[in-house]
Amino acid sequence: MAVASDQSAFKQDGPLLAVDTLSVSFRQEDGVSTPVRDVSLTLHQGETLALVGESGSGKSVTSLAIMGLLPRPAGFISSGKIRFQTRAKQTVDLAQLSFDDMRHLRGREMAMIFQEPMTSLNPVLTIGEQIAETVRLHLGLSGRALQAHVKAQLDLVEIPDAARRMDDYPHQMSGGMRQRVMIALAMACQPSLLIADEPTTALDVTIQAQILLLIDRLRRETGMAVLFITHNLGVVAEIADRVTVMYAGQVVETAQTRPLFRKAAHPYTNALLSCLPARAKADASGLRRLVPIQGQPGVFGEACAFAPRCPHVTAVCQTKPPQLELTDGGSVRCFRWRDLA
Amino acid sequence: MWDFFWRRLTGLIVVMALVATLVFFLTRLAPGDPAALMLGDQASAADIAALRAVYGLDQPVLVQFGLWLKEILKGNLGQSIFLQRPVTQALMERAEPTFFLALFSVLIAALIGIPAGIVSAVWRGRLVDQIVSALAMLSANIPSFWLGLLFIQFFAVKWHLFPVAGYGDPGAPLLERLRHLVLPATVLGLVNSALITRFTRASMLDILSEDFIRTARSKGLAEGVVIWRHAFGNALIPVITVVGLTAALLVGGAIVTETVFGLPGIGNLVVSAVLRRDYPVIQGALIVVAAIYVLINLVVDLIYAWVDPRVRAQ
Repeated sequence: MAVASDQSAFKQDGPLLAVDTLSVSFRQEDGVSTPVRDVSLTLHQGETLALVGESGSGKSVTSLAIMGLLPRPAGFISSGKIRFQTRAKQTVDLAQLSFDDMRHLRGREMAMIFQEPMTSLNPVLTIGEQIAETVRLHLGLSGRALQAHVKAQLDLVEIPDAARRMDDYPHQMSGGMRQRVMIALAMACQPSLLIADEPTTALDVTIQAQILLLIDRLRRETGMAVLFITHNLGVVAEIADRVTVMYAGQVVETAQTRPLFRKAAHPYTNALLSCLPARAKADASGLRRLVPIQGQPGVFGEACAFAPRCPHVTAVCQTKPPQLELTDGGSVRCFRWRDLA
Repeated sequence: MWDFFWRRLTGLIVVMALVATLVFFLTRLAPGDPAALMLGDQASAADIAALRAVYGLDQPVLVQFGLWLKEILKGNLGQSIFLQRPVTQALMERAEPTFFLALFSVLIAALIGIPAGIVSAVWRGRLVDQIVSALAMLSANIPSFWLGLLFIQFFAVKWHLFPVAGYGDPGAPLLERLRHLVLPATVLGLVNSALITRFTRASMLDILSEDFIRTARSKGLAEGVVIWRHAFGNALIPVITVVGLTAALLVGGAIVTETVFGLPGIGNLVVSAVLRRDYPVIQGALIVVAAIYVLINLVVDLIYAWVDPRVRAQ
């Protein structure tokens, strides 16, 4: 059985984050469901990894598990490791840490920004206070030093007139500005890992580009790693060094961004790529149509989860689930990837 | 902010005008004649007519209404037909027990209801939530007179911890008078805490599932800070309304409780005034209670604006 956890996990310095065969389960009234199975991914310092997949593929659940923010008491890590290298160069397994131990890492060494800037900030606290809260907690600043630090954070994310806007409440700002505040908040203690969960999905297209540029600039300046969760491959091409594609709770492909866009190994990734407007093929009438991916994910366990929707499906795909196999510089979960290459 | 305040104040005047009209005509709709009731069965028609003339009851209703309104605008609530003194004075004499009873009841209800609601929201579905919810259900459905009698039976009659009834001698020190309020305020507090518990729980559950709670946790804040500062700070907003409404209702006189504990409060005054068809007292009491009700609502709105920056901005 050739189970591969991403080979680049063992570079000289060791990765910042190595998620190893992680499964996340939820207790429900009618038993336990496991929306994330055997997910492995790695992330090095200064790198941007895009975690791509459709709604319900488990990408947000994976990121919440890394942050230790799974909804309690229903959600829990049922197996696997999340190795994280702390600032003190110690490697800890986040999956084993208690909620309280995680607190010292959250906001300090790892931070997260969310999809909905309109609802992700507390409406009754000023934005300055919301940033100050985390700085006070982790860096122990107070008084003028604290104010100066908060203002510097707002300057960093290019909020004009920061000194004055510190006293604004979230409802006084636009969506794009609020997302900048969220980024300032996440960056406030200079984390080494930033998890961005679809941070541009709720924004206008022009604002989206600005936010992407901002995140990328901050990554370059601080050397932090970014785990960028998205369903938008257009965004991936702009920002990611590597891509991990999730489908039905599993990783189906990991690859460097450029090779992936040239030739993906997994049929699902290829289907996603052909959904990009720029790649739509002209039909007989000369119109370029988007290609929808038909059907629903299959039931886990019996067969390849993509089999019901896969254009290349064969008998073997229906008999057992495929394992993750190593490719050139990546991995893929498909029986036929060599045939299709 | 001031703009907001003035707009609310204008609204208040309109409401009060409506209340005055309603109160006056509703009172007149009740059958019965105060003069006849005062003079008893043996009185002659002439005697009754003479007494009616003394109080202006022989004039057309609209004229009476006009005269009454004119006096009210001057701050004069009129003269009690039965008590032989100004309505204002009668109300003042009865205001203290009602005021303190309402104040203490609301405090007790909030001090029980808010923490209970928070605890049961935070540990939703656990044993503590089920116990709190069951107790809230129970206290909401216990008749206050029955609970009152039970309290009197045990705390006053059996264990002599508190007085059985009344409000002490008029000359007694304030603390001694307030001791008479411990049992009735606890009864009303318990009964009214149920609604506050349910509201706090629902509001907290709402807020705890908000995105910004997840943000607060992602900052590494302690769970206590997340619940208290981020969740309760927001959940408080609807809870204020319920506490305000409870307070406003209690000012109207907890008639049953005042009766059970023999408290000489506004509720008691209104009940006896109704029985005697003492129109000026009924009208005066209702007007004052309505004014306080509206004022409390105004205060609630101002607190709203203070707590919620979004309201302040409007």
